[in-house]
Amino acid sequence: MSKIIEGLKYSESHEWVKVEGNIAIIGVSDFAQKEMGDITYVDMPAVDDEVSAGEEFGALESVKASSDLISPVSGTVVEVNEALEDAPEKVNEDAFENWIIKVEMSDASELDSLLDAAGYKALIGE
Amino acid sequence: MSELKTCLYDSHVALGAKMSPFAGFIMPIQYAGIVPEHLAVRQHVGMFDVSHMGEIFVEGPDAEAFVNHIFTNEIRGFEPGKVLYGMMCYPDGGTVDDLLVYREFQPGHFLLVVNAANIDKDFAWIQEQVKGFDCTVRNESPVWGQIAVQGPEAEKTVMEVLGYKEAAELGFYTFCDVLYNGKRLILSRTGYTGEDGFELYTTIENTVEIWDRLLKAGVQPCGLGCRDTLRFEAGLPLYGDELSPEISPVMAGLGMFCKYDKDFIGKEALLDQKAGNLARKLVGIEIEDKAIPRAGYPVELEDGTEVGVVTTGYHSISLDKSICFALVAKEYSALDTPLSIRIRKKVFPGKVIKKRFYQTNYKK
Repeated sequence: MSKIIEGLKYSESHEWVKVEGNIAIIGVSDFAQKEMGDITYVDMPAVDDEVSAGEEFGALESVKASSDLISPVSGTVVEVNEALEDAPEKVNEDAFENWIIKVEMSDASELDSLLDAAGYKALIGE
Repeated sequence: MSELKTCLYDSHVALGAKMSPFAGFIMPIQYAGIVPEHLAVRQHVGMFDVSHMGEIFVEGPDAEAFVNHIFTNEIRGFEPGKVLYGMMCYPDGGTVDDLLVYREFQPGHFLLVVNAANIDKDFAWIQEQVKGFDCTVRNESPVWGQIAVQGPEAEKTVMEVLGYKEAAELGFYTFCDVLYNGKRLILSRTGYTGEDGFELYTTIENTVEIWDRLLKAGVQPCGLGCRDTLRFEAGLPLYGDELSPEISPVMAGLGMFCKYDKDFIGKEALLDQKAGNLARKLVGIEIEDKAIPRAGYPVELEDGTEVGVVTTGYHSISLDKSICFALVAKEYSALDTPLSIRIRKKVFPGKVIKKRFYQTNYKK
């Protein structure tokens, strides 16, 4: 059974978003990290890179597979979680604690099209 | 098309393996996980269901001449009980398949072990070529099961769990015939992992029973996931990735398995390529990052010119390095040539290194 946190927004591609003012903190769901298995690399953008809702901003890699990270919102990257560069396995340990990027949103209304916890729970069917 | 099941399918499912289609079969990709299975084979012993592989028997007075005609390696003068690796090629040098040839103890009897994905294609190809030779060709793939027992403790396992003292006597790339429940079992000191090990070919019933005995003895079942990471580290090609109708043995750097003082299909084309008339060569590349170069990613020069493509790549489990096989333009294939890999939007610098990434541990 995957962990789901109330109060966060979720994308259909298994990213979560925590909103703090105009900043979107983005990570991957517990369900996604379990599906990937042992994560060996997190490919992240650079600070000041532009990201667009629905478009790839990086990737998670396991031994066998890579999975694109899709941005749930548009905006500018203001911070990346550098701890994941040396310790990508932290995403497996706690996918909610270990966020991936923080984005200054250019259009907060994009959040409305994301799922809430109940909607995401229904999506993954657990 | 629905996938075929090997005789061990029920066991894989009962063990909770992650199953996936491969080469027309539904096969176990992993049980405990790719990393622990990989390490079990490198450090102790693991076993693989390789019952999907193909077994084609060639028998008759002309069998030796025929096999030598379709096979790139030289089988004349190679004794009963020996196993030889090589390829079958098309006249243009492209690869039909890579395979093992077993010279059986009965004169004029050979066993060809071919890739699962190629069984039908190979059998049709062999039947086409056999006209004019006095020998028979039989595809017995469906009635043979096969288990690979691999790792530094493989010999001990085969001797102690299965009781085959013969294992200690076998050198690398040799085999012997033994009996299991009164049925033939080919005990072959071969494998696809870079470690010492054995491949056991026998009946379906025997295969199921032996697999269960090895499981009860604590041998780690291993899936195709780590079979690929292991063979890759050992520098071994996979048909479809590093060999294909477009990739000849010479392009793949397997020229040592082609012998030119005999005639075989594809010889002229391979000789021509060997003389330098080839566009691409397979190389190893290491990049200075933990990003993973995967099949299909472009290989570039510093100025962004694309000069090749990755065929297999991993962050190596045993070596903790990001390495790959890549097919590159011949002029960039020399050791230490700087080459970069484009991984998604980023470019990672690296250089050409030897393809045998991992020091293999075969029994002499």
